Amino acid sequence: MFKGPVESKNEAAMSELVPEPRQKPVVPMKPMGINANLLGYIGIDTIIEQMRKKTMKTGFDFNIMVVGQSGLGKSTLVNTLFKSQVSRKSSGWNREEKIPKTVEIKAIGHVIEEGGVKMKLTVIDTPGFGDQINNENCWEPIEKYINEQYEKFLKEEVNIARKKRIPDTRVHCCLYFISPTGHSLRPLDLEFMKHLSKVVNIIPVIAKADTMTLEEKIEFKQRVRKELEVNGIEFYPQKEFDEDLEDKTENDKIRQESMPFAVVGSDKEYQVNGKRVLGRKTPWGIIEVENLTHCEFALLRDFVIRTHLQDLKEVTHNIHYETYRAKRLNDNGGLPPMTAETEENHESNL
Amino acid sequence: CSSGTRFPNGDGTDGEYVGFATLPNQVHRKSVKKGFDFTLMVAGESGLGKSTLVNSLFLTDMYRDRKLLNAEERITQTVEITKHVVDIEEKGVKLRLTIVDTPGFGDAVNNTECWKPVADYIDQQFEQYFRDESGLNRKNIQDNRVHCCIYFISPFGHGLRPLDVEFMRALHQRVNIVPVLAKADTLTPSEVERMKNKIREEIDHYGIRIYQFPECDSDEDEEFKLQDQALKESIPFAVIGSNTVVEAKGRRVRGRLYPWGIVEGNAMGGPVPAGTGTSRTPSPSCGPHAGGLGRGAGGAP
Repeated sequence: MFKGPVESKNEAAMSELVPEPRQKPVVPMKPMGINANLLGYIGIDTIIEQMRKKTMKTGFDFNIMVVGQSGLGKSTLVNTLFKSQVSRKSSGWNREEKIPKTVEIKAIGHVIEEGGVKMKLTVIDTPGFGDQINNENCWEPIEKYINEQYEKFLKEEVNIARKKRIPDTRVHCCLYFISPTGHSLRPLDLEFMKHLSKVVNIIPVIAKADTMTLEEKIEFKQRVRKELEVNGIEFYPQKEFDEDLEDKTENDKIRQESMPFAVVGSDKEYQVNGKRVLGRKTPWGIIEVENLTHCEFALLRDFVIRTHLQDLKEVTHNIHYETYRAKRLNDNGGLPPMTAETEENHESNL
Repeated sequence: CSSGTRFPNGDGTDGEYVGFATLPNQVHRKSVKKGFDFTLMVAGESGLGKSTLVNSLFLTDMYRDRKLLNAEERITQTVEITKHVVDIEEKGVKLRLTIVDTPGFGDAVNNTECWKPVADYIDQQFEQYFRDESGLNRKNIQDNRVHCCIYFISPFGHGLRPLDVEFMRALHQRVNIVPVLAKADTLTPSEVERMKNKIREEIDHYGIRIYQFPECDSDEDEEFKLQDQALKESIPFAVIGSNTVVEAKGRRVRGRLYPWGIVEGNAMGGPVPAGTGTSRTPSPSCGPHAGGLGRGAGGAP
């Protein structure tokens, strides 16, 4: 009955041998339509709803890392993004705590729920990055952490009795905070992004964007974009991973016009025109965080959470993780790395 | 005869008036003819608005032909010392202003001892002056010593950064340091207050000796004394510089135009909301304490 799918496959094979563009296929491309009329509605499309229900039940993980010099508003921004106190703001280093000599990695998890969907959000903070006098190689602890998460996942995967749902601690998204100097990127910014754009999805943001007037912002963004391009830094969404034309057009627009997003964060509310908005009250006016004429926070939020959340996870899993996995398997001579269990089995077999 | 009396006897006669009370006026006239020299150094990481503030302060455009390096070029850059000299005249008073800039400071990935070229420069100027002083022809010694160093503290941190502390500790014995809180329009009034307190506390804690404005004379009027007191309590000064003129409330002022409002950066103590202390900076360098900065550079602070 269902000749359709099989035939279109053969047809595709044929079109490879005979490279002529065929305007009208001999067999209609959606033969199901014809047969469906005979049998009625099948309901294959309900799989979307089924997937949705399952996701709602299991919930999902999302791990976001924030990197940048202290004081750039990282914690405030994350709190603003997820409208909850998920990140503890550092009020600076008081005299008893010393600035960490090396970059520390602090991961804090929260469960947020919205519309019946549960998200296990982990915010990974990197205090000490870029704060020393000598910041050479300060990205190394960060790269190490990211690779450790890949390693953890890999070990679970190759486990003989592996868990049904492997806990995902891999970093899905890394927000890199650029200081709004108004000039250009810093050497440290370049070094970090060059090293890390190959292992994780980096989304550069311009912090504390209320420092700049509109013209300064436009100029600065152009200069930063150009510098990133000249230095071959592929930030997310990476050009090479655009799946189809639709993706490419959408992402091109984001890459060439919107990014890097110039953001302002705030957890304080003020009354503006009868509405309560998140903002910053200065002597010269109230800066509204979600007002697109003031800053691009709303664009960042929509991008990371409302449109590309799933894609961030997929790129992490299908591309970055696979790259790591391939490298590890190659280093090991094509064999999977030993986990504690396989090691025991190996020994018991000897 | 009493040396302090300026005025002759009430009956119109000169009385015991000698007339050397006009000495200050004579000195003043000679100085005005000669003109003044002032060397101001600006230091701090790039992008904190140093050049804009200098232009704002002296209402000039000193950096017109400046070329800003991009990040890649800055990777191999070392700290330079550059000088811009400009002659300014106002109401017959001539000022030869030298601005010493320190491009590259604090920009590299590894900034260890990046203050060293700055310290060396200052020492060199002292050395030069010392030699000139010991020389035979002392009539026209050029004073290139750095009279004041304005150090820019980033508003994006949580107070002083390790580099700020290092720089100020290395230089406070060599030059008068006036710390300023840069790009202060980034901060709300409460944030400004918090930052200032933190910075003051840290300056105390690390034993940094910033320039102390001298006490004003006891015979100054109350208003001046209050102003002076307020000035001292505002340190570090929270500054906003601007090179552009914007329209605000029907007036044209130097300022910054944001979508949410206009910030007036006009230097000379213009209308300012109470408590922000933003427009205060120019007074000390140009106003009553300028002489003190000059004197301070000559002797050890």
